[in-house]
Amino acid sequence: MHMKWDNHGMKTPLARARGLGASRSVVGGWIKLRVTAIANAILSVWFLWFLSQTIGASHAEFTGRLADPRNAICMILLIISAFTHAVLGNREIVEDYFHNEFFKITKLIGMYLFFFAVAAACVFSILKIAFTMGV
Amino acid sequence: MSETQPQKTERPLSPFMLGTLYRFQLTSFTSILHRATGVALTVGLLMFAWWLVAAAIGPGPYDVFMNFAGSAPGMLLLFGFTVAFYYHLANGIRHLIWDTGLLFKIENAYRAGYAVLLFTAVLTAITWYCVLMKAGI
Repeated sequence: MHMKWDNHGMKTPLARARGLGASRSVVGGWIKLRVTAIANAILSVWFLWFLSQTIGASHAEFTGRLADPRNAICMILLIISAFTHAVLGNREIVEDYFHNEFFKITKLIGMYLFFFAVAAACVFSILKIAFTMGV
Repeated sequence: MSETQPQKTERPLSPFMLGTLYRFQLTSFTSILHRATGVALTVGLLMFAWWLVAAAIGPGPYDVFMNFAGSAPGMLLLFGFTVAFYYHLANGIRHLIWDTGLLFKIENAYRAGYAVLLFTAVLTAITWYCVLMKAGI
């Protein structure tokens, strides 16, 4: 697999390095990681309260509480924020410790697909409970 | 290999931050722990997803989840997630404060680090005291 940064004799070092820097697009991820961190911290307070209300609850009790629009909305926000934060955080770790470009990119793509699927399943589940199991 | 390729020389690498070569530092320890707890919480999100999806499917799968969550391995896992959650929350706030340019003096970075550890221990203890009281154990 030929990579942009491979040396084939014709490229100058500058040409090989261009576009591989840490700036530009990554800044967006850096900011997103901070914004979702703040969102997570705020939603955590609601989440702890929600857990205190539903710990050990029966299925009917739990779905009844989650079906309350205020709880369902907070839960969906938490899922979106927490999963975005998790993906960005794990991306940072993968980028730091995986030095083989092929494995790195494979791992990142796999991670995106997997977490997007799990987050979508969570949001759908909350909506189903909110729309069909409310009191 | 072309002639223009610069000679590859073995550059010295600085040793890994944890280990016997450096004196123990709270700052590097809390830093690596922030990443470790972040990964742990990612695993926690999967258990979180199991909980929600099971509840959406019905009482059967929900009870399976609740039985696991109440079992010894489940409680151990949840206890671990609680520690990771409070630590990552507190140390995350420490990181956000650093982003504003504050707490960079070594003694302040250390003070905040100890505060994070204390917060984690106290909040975990309170949370699990409430959990066990509620469960009647």
